[in-house]
Amino acid sequence: MKPPRMSFSRFGRLALPGFCALVFAFLMLPILAVIPLSLNPGSFLVFPEEALSLRWYRTLGESPQWTRAFANSFKIATATTLIATPLGTLAAIGLATMRSRAKPIIVALISAPLVVPVVVVAVAFYFLFAPLGLVNSPVGLVVAHTALALPFVVIVVHAALTGLDFGLLRAAASLGAPPLTMIVRILVPLIGPGIAAGAVFAFMTSFDETTIALFIAGPEQRTLPIQMFEGVREEISPAIAAAATLLVVASTLLLGTAELLRRRGERMRSGASAPHVRV
Amino acid sequence: MTRRWVSFALIAPLLAFLIVSFIVPVLLMLARAVTDRDLDRTWPASAAALRTWDGEGLPPDALARTVAREMLAAHRAGTLNRVANRLNYDLVGSRSLLYTTADRLAAGAPGETLADLARIDRRWARADIWTVMRHADGPLTSYYLLAALDRRIDTGGHILRVPREQAVFVDIFLRTFKIASLVALFCALLGYPVAYLLASLPRRIANPLLILVLLPFWTSALVRTAAWAVLLQTNGVVNDLLQYMGLVDAPVQLIYNRLGVYVAMTHVLLPFFILPLYGVMKGIDPTAMRAASSLGAPPLLAFLKVYLPQSLPGVAAGAVLVFTLAVGYYVTPALVGGGADQMISASIAFYTSQSLNWGMAAALSLLLLLPLLLMLFAGRTMVRTVPA
Repeated sequence: MKPPRMSFSRFGRLALPGFCALVFAFLMLPILAVIPLSLNPGSFLVFPEEALSLRWYRTLGESPQWTRAFANSFKIATATTLIATPLGTLAAIGLATMRSRAKPIIVALISAPLVVPVVVVAVAFYFLFAPLGLVNSPVGLVVAHTALALPFVVIVVHAALTGLDFGLLRAAASLGAPPLTMIVRILVPLIGPGIAAGAVFAFMTSFDETTIALFIAGPEQRTLPIQMFEGVREEISPAIAAAATLLVVASTLLLGTAELLRRRGERMRSGASAPHVRV
Repeated sequence: MTRRWVSFALIAPLLAFLIVSFIVPVLLMLARAVTDRDLDRTWPASAAALRTWDGEGLPPDALARTVAREMLAAHRAGTLNRVANRLNYDLVGSRSLLYTTADRLAAGAPGETLADLARIDRRWARADIWTVMRHADGPLTSYYLLAALDRRIDTGGHILRVPREQAVFVDIFLRTFKIASLVALFCALLGYPVAYLLASLPRRIANPLLILVLLPFWTSALVRTAAWAVLLQTNGVVNDLLQYMGLVDAPVQLIYNRLGVYVAMTHVLLPFFILPLYGVMKGIDPTAMRAASSLGAPPLLAFLKVYLPQSLPGVAAGAVLVFTLAVGYYVTPALVGGGADQMISASIAFYTSQSLNWGMAAALSLLLLLPLLLMLFAGRTMVRTVPA
């Protein structure tokens, strides 16, 4: 029996993909549009009509402000990653092995930096660091960015652990392996891709972070987002389009890598537990 | 037993870090909204004397003498600034009153009685400065929270509205919540069909399309805001396109106004709506829809009665996430919004780093955070749907 196929379905069949195509265009076009704008040889923000030019990329590369901002962001993001990744990984392992009633409270505490509005976090860090003299210091920025990055590391590594066969750990324990050996020899190799993905997220969180940096960074710690924020605010030129293009390419490459790592980790874990599943 | 301690030991370093460098600073900051320590830390004896004074009329000579002595001491120690700034929030002119009085006392003018002070400056013989000092005697205060709601306490302890020309914060809060709600609504209108399409397509088609959502999600909000700032300029690409298509004759103002905020914020936050909703929709059993239509329900009815209710938790999660992020946004409104049309984040930034009225910044932050926390407790779905 065929239900009376109605206009809604035909309408839906055409309208839904059409509407979604427009939304996808809205999501992607603004990001893609900055690429041709950045290749403009002139000083106006229009699509180049004849020749393409790397002039604005050279401007960025030769400007001491932009190169120093890049170096600052890179240093701060690296330090953030080096602190957040081990802390977050250990905590994710602890959470995954925990059977305690305190678990929801701990999860809520760890997710707090995601829930509190970023401007409130920025003010809190400003008030904390101003009397300690840590405003205008890279230490303050690294501490603040680490707090923001930790939840991401925990979420990503925890997701990698949920597919893990804990039977492997029990086997190791029954053979007499101490906990540390178990972590280093069995757990870390198995969830390595997840840890690497978490590290990439931590790096990007710090590298992209604008609001807190605007509040607590001094002239010596001008990061790339601050440089860009003030560029947009003061003098908008194709150089901004060039910087935006570079950042889009960088985050696409980095987070694409993280996604590949995550998928590889999934495959690896299902491979490791395969003998148990496929009887 | 030992395993449990191993778990705790693994989490402990992170918890210690977060508590010291995040939870405690946020709580200390929020505490500034209800504490008032400028006067009682700088003038402890005066604060104690103010608390025992009944507040009727003019203060006794003993209180005036204590205030004069501590004013002089603070002036010499360079800490008078704190009290002067604090009193000036409540009563404009207090700052200069304190400094001129302290200068005269330092030059040897007597400060033993109220009459002595009134001889230095006649304003000491009026009740208002003493009432303001009594309000500022700490350690707790309602001053900042009331001020953040455009209210104040008069000399008789009644809560009043501040004059219309000074009443700004309630308007800014309402504007902030309105912008955030509308952005969440726009995200729902644009995002629901997309999540539905992605969830109903086979994986080999849905996965490449999902990249079109993930790529903007991965690109930083600042970069995307900058892209809009570039495109929406008066002589920018969007205006050229509108003119080319004959929709407008002259360039239109698309940025530095509310329109720019809606466009850019919807763009920035749309992936945060689509991803949790997509997760929920993937979990909806498609056979329920087939069962409904095999029982004769027309597709629209089947959708409304069967699919929509099951997808609502995803809509709620996405909307709460978008709203939460939108109310606290600083960068996007600062770059594409109008100067006189800012959200509460701009006021918080102003009181933090320009006017240095930290109590006010803390009170505004507290009033921003409280409704969010209530909302999150009401809809517990949030924590689990934060996309990774």
